[in-house]
Amino acid sequence: MTESERLDATFTALADPTRRAILARLIEGEASVMELAEPFAMSQPAISKHLKMLERAGLISRGRDAQRRPCRIEGEALKAATGWLEQYRKVWEGNFRRLDALLDDLQSTAGRPERDN
Amino acid sequence: MPSKLEVRADGESAVVIERSFAAPPELVFDCWTKPQFVKQWLTGPDGWRFTVCEIDLRVGGQYRYVWQNTQGVSMGMTGTLKEIVRPEKLVSSEIFDEDWTGGEALVTAVFSREDGGTRVTQTVLYSSAQAREGALASGMTEGMEAGYQRLDRVLEGLTTQKAS
Repeated sequence: MTESERLDATFTALADPTRRAILARLIEGEASVMELAEPFAMSQPAISKHLKMLERAGLISRGRDAQRRPCRIEGEALKAATGWLEQYRKVWEGNFRRLDALLDDLQSTAGRPERDN
Repeated sequence: MPSKLEVRADGESAVVIERSFAAPPELVFDCWTKPQFVKQWLTGPDGWRFTVCEIDLRVGGQYRYVWQNTQGVSMGMTGTLKEIVRPEKLVSSEIFDEDWTGGEALVTAVFSREDGGTRVTQTVLYSSAQAREGALASGMTEGMEAGYQRLDRVLEGLTTQKAS
């Protein structure tokens, strides 16, 4: 997989609320499929499908223990994806802080005639 | 009250940006659609400013934005307005001159009245998953390292919380 394909897989994996909840659970520590399935009203095969997508995206890895195959979170892929969004967020945070100030300004001068810049 | 900004990847190729503003929808909508307001806030990364900000506010009308940074580098974008429902909704398609996003992006902004102000949900639907990456990979890579460092601290915080 190229880095671009990996990032695609990561975003697809992160786009689903169940998969995000699984990741949130795994931040606390590794867990088996059965443990992961418990809080969701979902069958184990359904959870396994989600886990496959997360694994393909490199967001989790599975242990070797044949019985339990515990899942654990993999920080690097998550970091690449959140780093990408972090940039987007940074730009929009800057934009919106300026907009807050502008809206404040417009409301405190409300009633006065609007003027072009 | 202004709320925390939410940014999330949605589906295959969209990004959703959500935030509340302490002003009525009519005013927020005008800040999105009138050049004299837009050019005061939609300036992007630090050091950039508008050199062109024109909006033909009617369905089928175009808008043209050009920004320039302190080194004199320019970045331009052209958009076409598809739907204008003041103060509730604004839909447009837009494309950067350099077309690093591989085709037009469809931008939908929804302005909802809420207690004390307006909730804005802006969805940017890129033409493909690659386009979504391209939108960020070019032009906005500055400060990437700072972003990672901040994330490091967040991850550290999470880990310490769990440990304690």
